[in-house]
Amino acid sequence: MSAVLELDDVHAGYGPFRALFGVNLSVAPGEAVAVVGSNGVGKTTLARVASGLVRPTSGRVVVDGNDFTRARTFQFARAGVAHAPEGRSTFASLTVEENLELSIRRVRGNSGVRAGLDEAYEMFPALAERRQQLAGTLSGGQQRMLAMVRVLVDAPKLLVADELSLGLAPLIVEQVYEMLGRVRETGTALLVIEQHVSHALKLCDRVVLLDRGSVAWAGPASEAGEHVQSQLGVPAH
Amino acid sequence: MILAVSVVTDFFQAVLQGVPPGTVYALVAIGFVLTYKTSGVFNFAFGAQAFASMVLFHKAADEWGWGTVPAAILSVLIFAPLLGFLLEWAVFRHLRTAPPLSTLVVSLGLTVAIPSLVTILLDFSPKSGSSPHGVVPDGRTVRYDPFGVYPFSRDELVATIVAIVAVLGLAALFRFTPVGLMMKAVVESPRMTELNGISADRVSAGAWALSSFFAGLAGVLIAPRFTTFSANEYFNIMVIAIAAAAVGKLVSLPWAFGGGLGLGVVIALVSTFLPRWTDEFAWLKPVQENVLPSIPFVVLFGVIVFVPGLRKAIGSSDPLAGVDPPRQNVASVITSAGWMFLALKAVLLLGAVAVVYTQADRTWTLLVTQAVAMGIIFLSITIITGLAGQISLCQGAFAAIGAFAVYQLGEVRGMSVLVAVVIGGAIAAAVAAALSLTLRQLTGIWVAIATLAFAFFFDAVLVKQSWIGGDSLARSRIPRPVIGTIDFQDDSNFLLLAVIVLAVCALGVYLFSRGTTGRKLRALGGSEIAARSVGISPSRARVAAFALSGFLAAVGGGMLVIGQGSVNYGTSFVPFLALFWLIVVVTFGVRQPSGAIVAAAFFILFESVFLKGEIFGWILRGEDNIPSFFPLAPDWRYILFGLGTIQYARHPEGVLAMSAAKRRARSERRAADKVVVDSAAELGTPA
Repeated sequence: MSAVLELDDVHAGYGPFRALFGVNLSVAPGEAVAVVGSNGVGKTTLARVASGLVRPTSGRVVVDGNDFTRARTFQFARAGVAHAPEGRSTFASLTVEENLELSIRRVRGNSGVRAGLDEAYEMFPALAERRQQLAGTLSGGQQRMLAMVRVLVDAPKLLVADELSLGLAPLIVEQVYEMLGRVRETGTALLVIEQHVSHALKLCDRVVLLDRGSVAWAGPASEAGEHVQSQLGVPAH
Repeated sequence: MILAVSVVTDFFQAVLQGVPPGTVYALVAIGFVLTYKTSGVFNFAFGAQAFASMVLFHKAADEWGWGTVPAAILSVLIFAPLLGFLLEWAVFRHLRTAPPLSTLVVSLGLTVAIPSLVTILLDFSPKSGSSPHGVVPDGRTVRYDPFGVYPFSRDELVATIVAIVAVLGLAALFRFTPVGLMMKAVVESPRMTELNGISADRVSAGAWALSSFFAGLAGVLIAPRFTTFSANEYFNIMVIAIAAAAVGKLVSLPWAFGGGLGLGVVIALVSTFLPRWTDEFAWLKPVQENVLPSIPFVVLFGVIVFVPGLRKAIGSSDPLAGVDPPRQNVASVITSAGWMFLALKAVLLLGAVAVVYTQADRTWTLLVTQAVAMGIIFLSITIITGLAGQISLCQGAFAAIGAFAVYQLGEVRGMSVLVAVVIGGAIAAAVAAALSLTLRQLTGIWVAIATLAFAFFFDAVLVKQSWIGGDSLARSRIPRPVIGTIDFQDDSNFLLLAVIVLAVCALGVYLFSRGTTGRKLRALGGSEIAARSVGISPSRARVAAFALSGFLAAVGGGMLVIGQGSVNYGTSFVPFLALFWLIVVVTFGVRQPSGAIVAAAFFILFESVFLKGEIFGWILRGEDNIPSFFPLAPDWRYILFGLGTIQYARHPEGVLAMSAAKRRARSERRAADKVVVDSAAELGTPA
């Protein structure tokens, strides 16, 4: 069975700024891979390449066996790659319901929207109470939930989760990771970008350690401890 | 009792009378809001798009003899959406993440380019005396009078019905269909929309086709309101419509509809109930004459300045904006070229002046003098847009203040015209400072719109006052100054004087930009928040920039009319033209004074040198050798410079600096190569 996502010697950057220097990475179906590393090593850029937001300057991106190097972002999404971006990841000017509608309609069609919305609200009653509220007025944790619910309603092949814990209270982080666990159970592969390593290591099978734009170490999560510690200077657990 | 009945009748009649023009405003306002909502672009070119469809409609219906229905189908259903597709594909797709000011400038460029381009391509030259007509036969003459108070013409009824259907239909589109939702999503963040599996390009192409279709529809329907085929009228109507759209915070379709209708009715009511001009109310005459034309602009200005919710209502920023490489800011460092380069430029410029001074005939001397005066005006744009990063669309009004001061003080009161120029500058500086103080809470497109409102207010009301402009302007004869024994009646002498004034102004601009306030402005351009945090007051620095800019514009305006010997407000200073100034300066480079000067040379000389083909006459030695396809239509300059703004959006530093930047990049690359070669040589390895 081919990998859901494969990056082959990917170089990428923003205009004159280069962020990734020849990264190799693959995610098998149903597998959970954590990408860790300190600030500014290119983790977010890697996530963006994985979901088509940033086009590599050289190298190949393969999704589900098809070459997606030159594909547009929306084609990644249609191929089953979902991306929960860093920071705010909802349409602030749309209501909660409109946010959900936008993604549900694309997958289920006009007739499936109602059922999809009901499922989403069932999962998160808190959102049901706020369905007419503008998403921009939700708290950070609620916005993250909204972004996750969109994914949960229709399980993608791969979820790229970029710094989900950023700026959230510890209790909320627990909840978010609990949800990620549920996403995993549906058979979705995960590419988890994290600065706070311990949660990611608990959840994931494999770990990719980035350093200054390239892969410093990759291996099973169980062996990651000392490498992570030497690289980041923090204990993994 | 009878009086009361007649008041009620008057009231009812006025309301009905206000409906037809109100519908016209509403139609355009709805279209404008539609574009803004679905593309995020504050699209001044909406009026130009409407004009383009109207022209095609009349070309097909009248000259090709197609009949009304096929002509309407062609111009509204086919051409208009295609134009929208084209604009999106060629221009706005690439500007989706550009700062609002850049897209604003591009839309201004399209505003001047599209009407000329369409007119030239279609070879549209209406017979003199013919006027636009509507889509129904005898639209103007057949009237219906349902209430027995005011008879509606067929054209007016059709426009009203379409406006109502349109506002309901569009409201339904946004409320009940996924299309509207996707359009709103793309406006907020195209990338996040794509993450949801929706093609942002396709959605925004659809949005542009829809709004352009609407522009075409409005353009054809409102045509009977005008007596001539003029793109200017369409622009003016659009400014009024922006006032109506502003009532709905630019995003509410029903409010835009209501705002347009309300504006029409209010104007009709005011015109009915202001006391008629009798001897008893003679003092009211000026009020009566000026209140009416000023209403839309006062409303627009008032809404922008006094409704705080408006400025905040727009735009949640795109959370994924960081994915794109950072764009350059509109305002930035005034490029400091090396001394050698500056000296070279000065020598070239002086050489050109010397050639004109000794060789040129009177016509050319006067043309070059005009260019020099224009250069002074354009320097005011270097200050306000290049340095302060604000878009001011009322530089024409400031320049006109200078011109009027010269006329009122120099000609009417016999003061020295040079003193009058300085006084005019001071007055304009004061007006500009006051304007800027009123707008101090605003930035970006709001300053642009507010200054546009001021420019139109000035144009519609103040110019007509006898103490400012008045009717006698047409007969003005501005005297030339005399200093000691030098009589500037001689055109060559006056050219020298103008060059000296320009040099002083350019030096002033240079010093200002290097000085404390200039540095503060540059800091503000870099990051307003960072600048505030080190104690820079944005409003104070901007007031200074506005004042200086007003001063320069007025001095330039004064010099221009002294050179020409008369004040031609209509051909020199009207708002539409001032908008074109901005475009020309922006195309050549709004950041350095030399950009303004080259822009002025092109602006004035372009028609004679290029469009009339005289340059070929010089190269080929002899007027007879000018190729026969010259002269080209003067409208080509609108097209070229208008489209020139498109490259501005990608390279905000302008044509001149672009070549300078390329030069610098080349020399830096060479230097870098050299280092590599050197170090390779040291290590004894081939590079």
